[in-house]
Amino acid sequence: MGMRKVAVVGAGMTRFVRRALETPKELAYEAAKMALDSCELKLKDVDGVVVGSAVDAFDGFHMKGEYLSDGAGGWRKPFIRHSVGGATGVFSCIHGWMHVASGLFDVCLVLAEEKMSPCQPHPQGAFLTVYDAILERPLGLNLTWIVPQEMNLYMIRNGYRSEDVARVAVKNKRNALDHPAAMMGEELTVQDVVNSEVISWPVHRLDISGTADGATAVVLASEEVAKRITNKPVWVDGVGYNLDTWYWTSRDLAYPVYVEKAARMAYEMAGIKEPQKEIHIAEPYDPFTFKELQNLEALLLADQGKAAQLLAERVFDRDGRMPVCPSGGLLGVGNPIAAAALMKVAEVFWQLRGEAGKRQVPGNPKTGLAQAWGDMMQAGTVVILKI
Amino acid sequence: MDKSVQLKGTAIRESDIKEGKVLSTQWVPKAQYAWDTGVAIGRFLEELKGGKIIGMKCARCRRIMIPPRMFCELCYQPCREWVYLQDWGTVRSFCVSHLRWDASRMKDPFLPSVIELEGSTKGMGFFHLTGEIDPKDMKIGLKVKAVWKDARERTGAITDIRYFKPV
Repeated sequence: MGMRKVAVVGAGMTRFVRRALETPKELAYEAAKMALDSCELKLKDVDGVVVGSAVDAFDGFHMKGEYLSDGAGGWRKPFIRHSVGGATGVFSCIHGWMHVASGLFDVCLVLAEEKMSPCQPHPQGAFLTVYDAILERPLGLNLTWIVPQEMNLYMIRNGYRSEDVARVAVKNKRNALDHPAAMMGEELTVQDVVNSEVISWPVHRLDISGTADGATAVVLASEEVAKRITNKPVWVDGVGYNLDTWYWTSRDLAYPVYVEKAARMAYEMAGIKEPQKEIHIAEPYDPFTFKELQNLEALLLADQGKAAQLLAERVFDRDGRMPVCPSGGLLGVGNPIAAAALMKVAEVFWQLRGEAGKRQVPGNPKTGLAQAWGDMMQAGTVVILKI
Repeated sequence: MDKSVQLKGTAIRESDIKEGKVLSTQWVPKAQYAWDTGVAIGRFLEELKGGKIIGMKCARCRRIMIPPRMFCELCYQPCREWVYLQDWGTVRSFCVSHLRWDASRMKDPFLPSVIELEGSTKGMGFFHLTGEIDPKDMKIGLKVKAVWKDARERTGAITDIRYFKPV
């Protein structure tokens, strides 16, 4: 298609914490600087900067991109910010890829940030502002009123019990114990999850990731630059993104067809015919336990209605046949929205390079996938990386 | 990136702010908006005021849509055919929420529900609350009917329907 090869050559991130002392701009600087340092590049080597951040109402800065620009290294450079809600962080990588694949830039710095803690009394309240002002907000809803509608129908359609989806939390929170940024790493049992407080049935407290502050960055480079600065470039082999209708009540709440469409777009670009065999590790979006399973099915990495069984058979464990969320995911590392999804891209990058330390999956994986989900439960974003 | 890497980012607690160990600034926004209801939802709300629920039919795909819209987002065609729906239907999905919109807890849970109203095309959902039912008895497939405010109290708002209750 006349597009240039693009590689991820560096990555960095801050700790994810419930409430950070640092400002959003300071968090952005720390992650972006770490990413540049990791590939021994200076800001002068960067041709353009891309910033992803989900909802302005969290940080409390309208036009958050402009505010973040200095921290993200955007001073007097081509700079652009995007947002697709929860799907933002993975789209950040796609947006950076566009700039390099097109030939516009040789080096693009990609930064994703979210500081949710300023929103009082709880960041959940900011979600009210994304719903329909006339038909939905007067009912006083929030995210925990609508996402469980999906979870309920998804579990019934596939015959999953609370215990089946709870295993996602057990696995991811355990994996997160080995992640230096993690705020929710824990050794739990399935019973701990199903016995935790019912937030919004069928969602228990431990089924849901935690709001957080944090930033993540990656550096993307053209083939020529990538080969010059590293002997381990990780190629962006495929990208996909798709948006379903905004009218969420008229969608199939049990199956995110838009995620499948995003995945098929990415697989086609990467020449992947049999995802279950060709994808070695996956970081699907896991803001809620069931979402990891539902996304795996929509990504065609598990047959519909089979993901829970594979999870129980430990196929998705770090030493399983297809490690899923070896980072610990949003459930374990934490969920500063855009930063959390770009963290998934960074994790696949580190895993493919064999640099994940205690989290390293065995077997020298060659191909990995990161995916996020968001907007009004309508956006799917997918990136496929290959070493 | 191994576990041993010392990442930047300093965790603070709510108490650090309360005790003045970390300085913070507060601001309570007084944002005010007046949203025009638009063509489709304007009519929809007028009908609610009259105790009726109205949808819109797409001439091309024949979907009867709720909430009504002036164009079909699938066919990308204008819509003109208003269709009255029943004020009862089937629960397609629901949850039992103990959280208010601002994440504060409540003892008696809300039952937010996606309801397929009789007369709309299968798969079309309508978002509202279910009431007058023990949460333990809620189930997908339950038949429910709108509980309306008295005609004099209705203002042309989604809250003109108080909630839906089991038939």
